[in-house]
Amino acid sequence: MRDGLIVADHLSHQFQKRDGRVSALRDISLTVASGEFLAIVGPSGSGKSTLLRLFAGLLQPSEGCILYHGAPLTGTPPDISVVFQKPALLPWRTVADNIALPLQLSGEGSAQQRIAPLIEAVGLHGFGAAMPHELSGGMQQRVSLARALVSQPRLLLMDEPFAALDMMLRGEMNRLLLGLWEETRPTVVFVTHDLHEAVFLADRVIALSPRPGRVLRELAIELPRPRHTIERYGHDVQPYVEQLGALYERLGSREPAS
Amino acid sequence: MFQEQLHPRSHVRATAPTQRKRRVRTDWLTLPIGALALLMLWQLVVMVGDIPAFILPAPRKVAQSFAEMISTGRLWPHVGVTLFETLAGFAIGFAVATVVGYALAKRPHAERAVAPWLVAMQAVPIVALAPLLVSWLGVGLASKIAVSALIVFFPILINTIIGVRSVDQEWHELLSVLHATRWQRFRHLELPAALPVLFGGIKLGITLAVVGAVVGEFIGARTGLGALINIARGGFYDTALLFVALITLALMALALYSAVVLLERLLVRWRR
Repeated sequence: MRDGLIVADHLSHQFQKRDGRVSALRDISLTVASGEFLAIVGPSGSGKSTLLRLFAGLLQPSEGCILYHGAPLTGTPPDISVVFQKPALLPWRTVADNIALPLQLSGEGSAQQRIAPLIEAVGLHGFGAAMPHELSGGMQQRVSLARALVSQPRLLLMDEPFAALDMMLRGEMNRLLLGLWEETRPTVVFVTHDLHEAVFLADRVIALSPRPGRVLRELAIELPRPRHTIERYGHDVQPYVEQLGALYERLGSREPAS
Repeated sequence: MFQEQLHPRSHVRATAPTQRKRRVRTDWLTLPIGALALLMLWQLVVMVGDIPAFILPAPRKVAQSFAEMISTGRLWPHVGVTLFETLAGFAIGFAVATVVGYALAKRPHAERAVAPWLVAMQAVPIVALAPLLVSWLGVGLASKIAVSALIVFFPILINTIIGVRSVDQEWHELLSVLHATRWQRFRHLELPAALPVLFGGIKLGITLAVVGAVVGEFIGARTGLGALINIARGGFYDTALLFVALITLALMALALYSAVVLLERLLVRWRR
């Protein structure tokens, strides 16, 4: 278990609020294997986004430590990408220039031969010169996904990237993500409150408790790959979703939407 | 129609970005028409009210005076001096305000410490400081530039702080994950994000800079449009000349403001 890409060892995190400290995560230990697609689910306030920000080096844990490639994590690792819940596109840049941003900042120049195929791959043919405000929410999130993939990351951290999209579009984006993931198979940590999405995408689902977040359950999803061609609401998907749903129901907490 | 309702895929919603509505613009006409109407009203008031020229000269008299000032070349030194003071004052006020504003925006603790001083400074009318500045810096250009710079400082400072603070947290996190250097963060995030707000301050500042220069000239100067107003008032009570100075000032402020709007259109094309 200690030879994963990410090893979280007894992680706790507290936020300093005006009326004292709020505990967001308590005693989280988990391992993310290299090449694994891991989903983290939990109700609002279970600290799942906090966990992702800890992995991204954007926050420092209050207790415990994170190993990345076996070494303690200090700051943001070099070969990762993050997709946020909001597309976070720079409104003064075109679609193509937004996708090129990571390459530009790392001094690789805006390699057109890498950007044009990526625009195609996320289904935005002909929109390279468009400005972000001209796109719908779903299209903006496609751009954000392309931007995360352009640097060919080893680790992709995704923080409820499709939560703001309607159900049908979310299914479409799930398939798109899986199709792209199959090509290079980076390690993915995918945070969501949608149990169905988690089961459909991931090799393994980690269920967090309400605040402060603790690991309630780890569930291996033994569905065949590639999955972007199987039915998202198929018979083999449903039992896993029900198991996770029942878990939260027993807990008496507000069940995350599925 | 039905097809669309059956397949509500939201990404078909956006139309091709190149198609934009073209409309015949008529709003540029409002300024000349308004000016003409004002002139006619002015003429009417002078004629009907039988007002003496030293109170309100007829537009024709002002036009004569204007023509004379231009043909003899006497107007230009005044315009040149006031324009120089305005631009120099604005440049200095802008430079100091943006640097201080950026530093304060990045350090909320420093801003809390400095804020009372800034507000107190702003509470003293800068115009009332003009006599003091003239006696400190002399009747030359320096005192006018100083008044202008001081009056420009505050709006630019506030807009810089608001602009830099307007950057979304997620954008900052994105650039952190991308290992952006401080310069890259400034160049690719903070500067473009702050520009629309900053331009609000620049528009206010450039017109205030003219006011600052003129107020400085009132206190003591031989050339400049403010000085010309003093000359027109003193002794002869040449009200027509006074109007020439006022109209020139208004045109100068308008030209400067238009230049800023043009620059804004060039630099902030992304915001509709």
